[in-house]
Amino acid sequence: MTTISTTKTIFSGFGGQGVLMMGYVLATSGMEEDKHVTYLPSYGAEVRGGTANCTVTVSDEPIASPVASFPDFAVLMNTPSLIKFESGVKSGGIVFLNRDLVDVRPKRRDIHVVSIPVNSIAKRLGNTRGANMVMIGAFVQKTGLVSLKSVIKSVKSIFQKKGTKIHKMNTLALKEGAAFVDGLLGS
Amino acid sequence: MAKQLMCGSHVIAEAATRAGCRFYAGYPITPQNELPEYMSRRFAQIEDATFVQAESELAAINMVMGASMAGVRAMTSSSSPGISLKQEGISYIAGMELPAVVVNIMRGGPGLGNIAPTQQDYFQATKGGGHGGYHTIVFAPHSGQELVTLTMKAFDLADAYRTPIILLGDGLMGQMMEPVIFPDPIDPATLPQKDWALDGARGRDSRLVASLHLDPVEMEEFNWKLARKYDAICERETEHESYLLDDAVVGVVAFGTAARIAKGAVKRLRESGLKAGLFRPITLWPFPAKALRTLTRTIKHLLVFEMNFGQMVEDVKVSVGETATVHFHGRPGGVVSTPHEIAGVITKLMYRYNLAK
Amino acid sequence: MAKQIFKRPEALTEHIFHYCPGCGHSIIHRLIAEVIDELGIREKTVGVPPAGCAVLAYNYLDVDMGEAPHGRAMAVATGIKRARPHLVVFTYQGDGDIAAIGTAESVHAANRGERLTAIFVNNGVYGMTGGQMAPTTLVGQTTTTTPGGRLPLRDGFPLDLSQMLAVAAGSVYIERTSVTSPKHVLKTKKAIKKAFQMQMDDLGFALVEILSQCPTNWKLSPIEACRRVEDEVMKSYPLGVIKDTTQTSN
Ligand code: SF4
Repeated sequence: MTTISTTKTIFSGFGGQGVLMMGYVLATSGMEEDKHVTYLPSYGAEVRGGTANCTVTVSDEPIASPVASFPDFAVLMNTPSLIKFESGVKSGGIVFLNRDLVDVRPKRRDIHVVSIPVNSIAKRLGNTRGANMVMIGAFVQKTGLVSLKSVIKSVKSIFQKKGTKIHKMNTLALKEGAAFVDGLLGS
Repeated sequence: MAKQLMCGSHVIAEAATRAGCRFYAGYPITPQNELPEYMSRRFAQIEDATFVQAESELAAINMVMGASMAGVRAMTSSSSPGISLKQEGISYIAGMELPAVVVNIMRGGPGLGNIAPTQQDYFQATKGGGHGGYHTIVFAPHSGQELVTLTMKAFDLADAYRTPIILLGDGLMGQMMEPVIFPDPIDPATLPQKDWALDGARGRDSRLVASLHLDPVEMEEFNWKLARKYDAICERETEHESYLLDDAVVGVVAFGTAARIAKGAVKRLRESGLKAGLFRPITLWPFPAKALRTLTRTIKHLLVFEMNFGQMVEDVKVSVGETATVHFHGRPGGVVSTPHEIAGVITKLMYRYNLAK
Repeated sequence: MAKQIFKRPEALTEHIFHYCPGCGHSIIHRLIAEVIDELGIREKTVGVPPAGCAVLAYNYLDVDMGEAPHGRAMAVATGIKRARPHLVVFTYQGDGDIAAIGTAESVHAANRGERLTAIFVNNGVYGMTGGQMAPTTLVGQTTTTTPGGRLPLRDGFPLDLSQMLAVAAGSVYIERTSVTSPKHVLKTKKAIKKAFQMQMDDLGFALVEILSQCPTNWKLSPIEACRRVEDEVMKSYPLGVIKDTTQTSN
């Protein structure tokens, strides 16, 4: 749990990993909880070449800058993302790694690392495209930035048009991610 | 209506639609492509609304000119280099006294520059931009919700004063998503009739919309008419926000994204007992000169912070004259300062001038 | 009782034309006014005049008129027409306007098949500014900016905009005419009427290119100027229908 009133998170990975969606889900959930939120995607030429990242700020008060030079949290879905963002993470911050695709360990000692095999979990659930949902479930469970309930609700409304089957699969993936973090805490 | 999480470009597009805008023409340029894209989708659902992807920025602004002549609320949008191209049309629109809303989502320059957020078109927007010595009202929103209110207001003022209006944002305002709430849409049929619009000379004399006045005396008269109109706009439409200025010893002056960041800086300093405040012009033209000058009765140090190397600072200096010392901090090129950085600049200033306690 | 055989068209004001004696503009204005009368569209027509000698066309045509920056008439007209599709919108443009500074607007309006009627007055010079070379100036022709005559590999070749626009799939009718003799004047009127009718039938983009005479800048008498159009200009710019999608033979 965090007591900081303004929290910045960077989500990063390659195109197709649903990185922007994770940020969007977090921002929407924050909005549902009547928090102040901003979502800033990387744009234009930055997006070319297949990498994607976005910054989400969640706060109890109006947000000054949507940019994060020193994010509290970083959700990094592949190795290049770790290389790019590790140094910026605030001391004492948390890095969430996709264990299945990040093959190096962070060098810094002053940050926490939560490493989750999100691709494997998603695959086990028969939902290979749901790795981002597993990750965001784990992320909110660990950070408490918003409640898992809000996330499930906003994911449902975002994917409204896709029907109940997708909703069930997303919910399952979110819960599995959260459960994985609980398991880490328990062990 | 419920809160919606939307990026600034979409917010402008939706707010324009709700303000009764029924004609949009534009040309692709980053970082505002989301705006025409949204317009093309949105207008497809409205029977009497027209979206045109024009062959050029020039064509786009001139199409807006035509639609406006025909009496329809019209808008175009672009980013810095594209706005340069539109200046010809904006000058004619001012000269023909037509309403139009022009959105500039600023990026780095000069030249091709880059696509990062800056405030490098302040001069262009506030000093006329095109030829002939006219003004455009310039709105500088600093949040998603303000994009809603100012976009809608832009259409009203454009009609009321028959003038082009520039909504001046930057890449960050355009791309950033924030929760917004929209008011109910306006039915364009309920808007006041335009007794100058070109809609066919049925049962009336034929009308002319033109900016040509070959006779210098007539041209002079028209210029004075514009001048009086601009005076009225200055009198009635100047807007600014004061934030924690009452007991401040340093007043930051900033607009748009820079003002957002400065607000964060001011808040931080207040938490540690340092008395900073923020003066935020909402209209850049007319510039809130009077209010700023009044402020200098109590605040003797102003820090102008802009995402360029010094443009609005000139207006600040003219506004306050010798009544306060004007300092400047600028970040051109698309570098986005942190509240931390700005707080540092203010703190230094306070210690240098012994204002810290 | 005497039968009235000649009167001022309703769409023409009482202003006396300011054009030079023998200039084609006056004739063309009158033809447009007559066509507007005959089609009964005076109360729903909007014209977009050019920059140039005909900049004051709005003083003569008694319909709603909206000015456009030099070269942008097609864009302005597009805006008007799209905003109010029930209107009949025409542009009146010179060669420099339509085929030099406004080439992009012309090509794309035609390509989008804008339901517009373009009246393209081709006299081969910039008249208002004093007779400089235009995109349509003939090879070898002397102007104030081609003192030794137009040299194609220095000054470019005469541009055939009508042919260019005929290539655009959105154009439905393009014809080149002249106003050098009563016969040609009548043909021109027919073409203008057809170009308006095409718009009213919602078919697409229509244009009439009219070879006109500028005695003043050509430094010829009105009669000589007409002869020059027939003897020289028509060789480079032959008259006739360039495109007509309503004719099956095309
Ligand atoms: S200069 Fe030429 S085009 Fe212009 S009015 Fe005189 S004759 Fe006509």
